[in-house]
Amino acid sequence: MMGEKTPFDEMYNPDGSVREPYRALSEWLDEQPDKALALMQTDAEAIFRKLGITFAVYGSEEGTEKVIPFDVIPRIIAANEWRRLSKGIEQRVKALNAFLYDIYHRQEILKAGRVPEKLILNNEAFCPQMMGLEPARGVYAHIIGVDIVRVGPDEFYVLEDNLRTPSGVSYMLEDREAMMILAPDLFQKSKVAPVETYPENLRRTLESVAPENVRGTPNIAVLTPGIYNSAYFEHSFLADQMGAQLCEGPDLFVDGGKVYMRTTTGPEQVHVIYRRIDDDYLDPLTFRPDSMLGVPGIFDAYRAGNVTLVNAPGTGIADDKAVYTYVPEIIEFYLGEKALLNNVPTYNCTDEDQRAWVLENIADLVVKEVHGSGGYGMMVGPTATKAQHAEFKKKIEARPDNYIVQPTLNLSTCPTHINGDVAPRHVDLRPYVLVGDEVRITPGGLTRVALKKGSLVVNSSQGGGTKDTWVLED
Amino acid sequence: MKMLGRTAQNLFWLSRYVERAENMARLLEVGYRMSLTSRREGGASEHLVSMMQAAEVDEGFDAKHDVADVDTVARYMMFDPDNPSSVYSCLEAARTNARSVRTAITTDVWESMNGAWLDYAQIKPRDVRGAKLLGLLQWVKQRSHEFRGAMLGTKLRDDGFSFLQAGNFVERADNTARILDMKYYVLLPRATLVGGDLDIQQWTLILRAASAHRAYRHVYHDRYKSENIADFLILRSEMPRSLAHCADFVKQNLDNLGRLYGRKADCQDAADSLLSMVQNTDMEAIFGHGLHEFLTEFIARNNRVTEALSESYNFY
Repeated sequence: MMGEKTPFDEMYNPDGSVREPYRALSEWLDEQPDKALALMQTDAEAIFRKLGITFAVYGSEEGTEKVIPFDVIPRIIAANEWRRLSKGIEQRVKALNAFLYDIYHRQEILKAGRVPEKLILNNEAFCPQMMGLEPARGVYAHIIGVDIVRVGPDEFYVLEDNLRTPSGVSYMLEDREAMMILAPDLFQKSKVAPVETYPENLRRTLESVAPENVRGTPNIAVLTPGIYNSAYFEHSFLADQMGAQLCEGPDLFVDGGKVYMRTTTGPEQVHVIYRRIDDDYLDPLTFRPDSMLGVPGIFDAYRAGNVTLVNAPGTGIADDKAVYTYVPEIIEFYLGEKALLNNVPTYNCTDEDQRAWVLENIADLVVKEVHGSGGYGMMVGPTATKAQHAEFKKKIEARPDNYIVQPTLNLSTCPTHINGDVAPRHVDLRPYVLVGDEVRITPGGLTRVALKKGSLVVNSSQGGGTKDTWVLED
Repeated sequence: MKMLGRTAQNLFWLSRYVERAENMARLLEVGYRMSLTSRREGGASEHLVSMMQAAEVDEGFDAKHDVADVDTVARYMMFDPDNPSSVYSCLEAARTNARSVRTAITTDVWESMNGAWLDYAQIKPRDVRGAKLLGLLQWVKQRSHEFRGAMLGTKLRDDGFSFLQAGNFVERADNTARILDMKYYVLLPRATLVGGDLDIQQWTLILRAASAHRAYRHVYHDRYKSENIADFLILRSEMPRSLAHCADFVKQNLDNLGRLYGRKADCQDAADSLLSMVQNTDMEAIFGHGLHEFLTEFIARNNRVTEALSESYNFY
């Protein structure tokens, strides 16, 4: 198994020499006096708390707002590495959007038998109300986060595609902001591609997918469930950076098939809604009738082509963990190209032989619930207990279609500040992609780091932190 | 960009709550100082009671406490989440409002508000008993100044600014009227003492509550006299906490909104009515009519400004 080898270290070669992209960082680390990193860490904490960059932790009364730990040592990606990655990402998001269009129209890929019909049509994430609908510019997923891990110098794997409401982009931007305050000297030594253009690109992307009948500059709103949502900070941050209106459900209403917001001077039409509310809660008339978060009638306005919803309802079918295994197939079907980025090999537990093998080797494997997220409902074999192995074996036997199983990937490590020292910790990467009149990929993305020694789980809800991510320019 | 009615409402109440937190601190300071001058048995103080009556929190207090001594009153006024006007409740509400309108306030305004709330939420009531209380009251006032400074120094002079300013001055007018009214509650049972040493001392404390005891000397060059002090806090428009000054600012900001939106709104009439109360009168007339009656009418007209504003600009 891959898990038995030493993980790929992004900073050091196996002989102990420093890899080229990390040269300036390595020198800078050597120059730092004792305790400098610890002091930076304290300053960073204060910056984030004061800015209110928090996420809510559900269920606990006291201290419901937490600051995600920020690591002061940046993660660095060389220019040529990034070129490869971004080409692969662009290919992927184009294919996934083509797939969504097809699934909600002629369903050719199903007819061709390349993706099983049952997997799509019986899927909770499939949204029959979207059938036959023509979204502006044919785009379904406008804002995408692709989770990528690295296991070797030239080996990258896509862990999952996030096409519903990928979060974390505000951390990417604030991590950069904090890093520029904390280590300006390190920036001077390096040529780092800017990420600050993201909000402007987001605005351009949203404007470009306004309904075709809109004259002049479209009105754009970010729709949030409100201040008690765990990602509220990000919602307000993005609205602020774009100069867009931040709305809650009750701020909007539908009249005559159009969406309006209630302003100080009366109703004002809204043309593009970047919604951070899940499909189910978007419109009590079309989806869950008990939802108070959304806007009654908004889906009809969308169907009538008077408003653009970003991302479109029903995009979740393309980031379903079971559909994930077909993405290389999907790329070939629509683009006639081979996938540039690898999928993680995934075992199909509904196949009897594969299931038998999985059950036997469970201690070496990662098991994920098909609809799980945030690191919940998963088991990492090598670090789990025997009891957990047994528990998941039973679960798989009971509902083989509810789980996907993958080998434990030996995620690469980056130098990380741990209690005044620097130690390698496992990382992943979530680059952010915008799809409108063109595909715009922000260089870098959000690096998440597992702060616990040896841990492979990087989710913030599981004690992970974040790092500023530097893509070097040539 | 058009402003949501909810945003306008949140801005208005954001600055109202900050101003209210400051004024609760001022009121408590007066009540506390007054209570030091005349102790009653068991530590209970009628001054503290009248202070709570002025703030209209006395009923809520009575429901929870038997004795109104410095400790129980301070706790109720400063930290009790069940008291919607406590400094704790005000700062929390202000911070919640600020969070809701992050896109309509500057980073500096947000940071001052967020910082004030985070720091205040850390304070343990038992650590600010006795002599430490005045220090905390001072701190609350300073954070309010910081908030206002950030707002004045960084906020675009747009409609949002006028909603913030309107909230600020509507609340301040309300509080100054209440601070003055406290004198009525304190003195009513012993009207014979008017003009006596105790009377003057109490008026002095009221001036102090409005941070106006030094400014008074500069304006009147005279010893403390009740009619001068009332004049200072009611009619003198150069005094930033006077009713005249507040009413003038409320009107200015509502007129400003009318200009920005290109139409005259009903709330401007309500503001005119408030201002006329302090423009077409003098202290002789006010005392003749009755100070308490005058203040009660002023508070009612001030409340009407808020109602009219809510209707004119679609608060919901």
